[in-house]
Amino acid sequence: MDLRVSPSRKITNVVMLSLSGVCTVLVIGVLFFVLGYLFVHGFRSLNLNFFTHLPKASGETGGGMANAIVGSAKVLLLATCIGVPIGFFAGVYLAEYSGKAMAFTIRYVVDLLNGVPSIVIGIVAYALVVRPMKHFSALAGGVALGIMMIPIAVRTTEEFLRAVPNSMREGAMALGATRAKTIFSVVVPAAISGLISGMMLNLARVAGETAPLLFTALGNMFWSRGWLQPIATLPVMIYNYAIAPEEDLHQQAWAAGFVLLALVLAINVTARLIISRGPASLRR
Amino acid sequence: MDRLRGGDEVVYLITFTCAVTILVVVGLIVFELWANSQPTVKTFGWHFLTSSTWNPNGDKFGALPFVYGTCVTSALALLIAIPLGVASAVFLSEMAPPKISNILTFLIELLAAVPSVIYGLLGIFVLVPLIRDYLVPVLVKVFGFLPIFQGEFYGVSLLSAGLVLSIMVVPFIISVSREVLLAVPVEQREAALALGATKWESTWQIVLPNASTGIIGSVFLALARALGETMAVTMVIGNTPKITASLLSPGYSIAAVIANEFAEASGSLYISSLIFLGLVLFGLTIIINGAARILILTMQEKHG
Amino acid sequence: MATGNQLAREPAPVAREGSEVQATPGRPKLYTENLDFYYGSFQALHGINLSIQTHKITAFIGPSGCGKSTYLRTMNRMNEMVRNTRVQGKILLDGEDVYGMDVTYVRRRVGMVFQKSNAFPKTIFDNVAYGLRVNGITKNSVVEAAVERSLRRAALWDEVKDKLRKPAAALSGGQQQRLCIARALAVEPEVLLLDEPCSALDPIATLKIEELLFQIKEITTIVIVTHNMQQAARLADYTGFFLLGKLIEFNDTKKIFQNPGKKETEDYVTGRFG
Repeated sequence: MDLRVSPSRKITNVVMLSLSGVCTVLVIGVLFFVLGYLFVHGFRSLNLNFFTHLPKASGETGGGMANAIVGSAKVLLLATCIGVPIGFFAGVYLAEYSGKAMAFTIRYVVDLLNGVPSIVIGIVAYALVVRPMKHFSALAGGVALGIMMIPIAVRTTEEFLRAVPNSMREGAMALGATRAKTIFSVVVPAAISGLISGMMLNLARVAGETAPLLFTALGNMFWSRGWLQPIATLPVMIYNYAIAPEEDLHQQAWAAGFVLLALVLAINVTARLIISRGPASLRR
Repeated sequence: MDRLRGGDEVVYLITFTCAVTILVVVGLIVFELWANSQPTVKTFGWHFLTSSTWNPNGDKFGALPFVYGTCVTSALALLIAIPLGVASAVFLSEMAPPKISNILTFLIELLAAVPSVIYGLLGIFVLVPLIRDYLVPVLVKVFGFLPIFQGEFYGVSLLSAGLVLSIMVVPFIISVSREVLLAVPVEQREAALALGATKWESTWQIVLPNASTGIIGSVFLALARALGETMAVTMVIGNTPKITASLLSPGYSIAAVIANEFAEASGSLYISSLIFLGLVLFGLTIIINGAARILILTMQEKHG
Repeated sequence: MATGNQLAREPAPVAREGSEVQATPGRPKLYTENLDFYYGSFQALHGINLSIQTHKITAFIGPSGCGKSTYLRTMNRMNEMVRNTRVQGKILLDGEDVYGMDVTYVRRRVGMVFQKSNAFPKTIFDNVAYGLRVNGITKNSVVEAAVERSLRRAALWDEVKDKLRKPAAALSGGQQQRLCIARALAVEPEVLLLDEPCSALDPIATLKIEELLFQIKEITTIVIVTHNMQQAARLADYTGFFLLGKLIEFNDTKKIFQNPGKKETEDYVTGRFG
């Protein structure tokens, strides 16, 4: 048989390997072109009024999104208060207490919940909160986003607690600490930086969610008082302004997009830098 | 049980309650979707999914245009995203030096964190004009004889939605595929190379087949995400409940119709129909996500 | 002064049963000259000089980390799989520098069997046929004949002839390793490198592989790395002893084990090492 490597094989080798490189460059190029465009365009549309003024009535120009910024903060606070504790304690249960069958069931259901499209969560929050109370509210938005935060909160907690070596638990128990004392005075503090960054990622993920807020928090052109009124949020404002016909509103949408994305990416980068020393499975 | 002694009992009960709460929440999701879609199920039955009339004023509801739009846009997105994503994953795992690969992967994963409403915004104002001015004229010129590239193009269309979706799911395919490729034992590559295979032959004939289950898993994950994706699609698909062969015409998707009409829907049958659509979406993503997880797990077990 | 290295630089002494030596004594199959190897800034091999004789089994022994596997992997440039490594010196295959050849071509001529059996997740038949097909031999009759021939040479034919279309993963560990040898033999390599091929196998499977190597040296040239001294003593015509990246001694196997020329070699082969 001919021992030489045929030229066609060598050419295929070089061509195909180069093509894979070209694909990578293409993907990264498109993605960064698009985001670069947002940053440049969004930054240009941004001014101080955006942070301090209310939206103007339809037809007038100017104004800002002060109410939506505060509104997003309020809804996210609610979501965190609902999603993080449930997720955290359930994660503790999985990592420290649960038996095999129960752990399997809960993990399975958590994964299932993680895969539910956000719009479907919106429907459920509508049925559970909006319909009984008969009006849209910040609370309903918070419930929707809170449910969405649960899966990641569980997984983050479980994996970071599991990453704490057993010798630490044994050390504490050998000194006479109860199991609960061991968990909260030794295990959780040992995992705290990972837990916090995991929760940050979790928050960043829902901060940009729009679909579940459309018919829960709805929106509001004014300040929203308390927790039981409809409330404006940044993502919903971006959506409403982007599909509106007025050019001035498009500018506002760009500015809001810039602020939202900068926030989400900043939280992501910070959290990932902290997390990069944690368990590999969380880096996804 | 001795683990329940003293103060431990309280902590155990709190954590246990929270774990059970999750089961309850998911149970509630299923129940609410099921119970609230009963009026539609009783009125239309399975016919709901095969009828293409969507007329809220006449209380006639059929889901086919939305199912069609969802399937077409998702399929188009995957058609574009799979080759690009897998090729990039191959480059990142097999070719790029680890340092560069890690940096690029970090950036690509950041892109997966970009909110979908932002992709929608960029879709409307950047991609749609680009598609209209550069892509569609070429497509019509070259493939204009195909029914899928005929008719007037207004910008918002199934094609635009598919393209925006493909950009959104590519990061998922890349990051999961890269990980499964990296999980293929280096011995497999060595064996192929030692037999005189070129780098490409070893990658194409040995490494990729080894990783195929995991890669298919990543595609399923991307598919589930594409099916459920709401905002970006709503903003560029055109929101017209019609079934047309042409990708250049506007369409509608399940998630988009819920997003657009739910807040303003009046009449119990109307709302019930939208919730039934939500149930369909829920069922689809559950099945696909489940399949994806099984595939990825099989892959991980195979390589210990 | 006749140091081990100087001995090695000459073509190794021709075995006494001269009748079966086919190679020209002056021209070894593989010849290494002043070979240095670096992982980053760490020097893993120091000035290796050695020649491998055609149709002989050459074994390398030494404690783990001594460089014997590293050296083996430089011979078909498998070391290039590891980033940030550097080779200095020459390795000549039939007088031609392998580092000047196309790398795929080198590996096609110098096959390799690894420590852990690495059968592809394909059928038994497709595993053995892989090297042929990738090298452009696709005619069914030719491939089938070559697969059977290779499996017979690897003493595996009788055990697998009825399940050629079954996945290779269904074979036992020892069978999989012989399958890997069959796969390597199918492309008729001029040299076959084996990197501790029996380290994961039980004694019976090991024995089978040793018998097999003894037979196939008629058709190829074998270089084997082993941590098992008895294996080297049983199998090899020539043995080289490595220590801390240096080739301490290279000679007739008999000489190495019965009358080593160096203190370090003697300590190692008599088990007094470390």
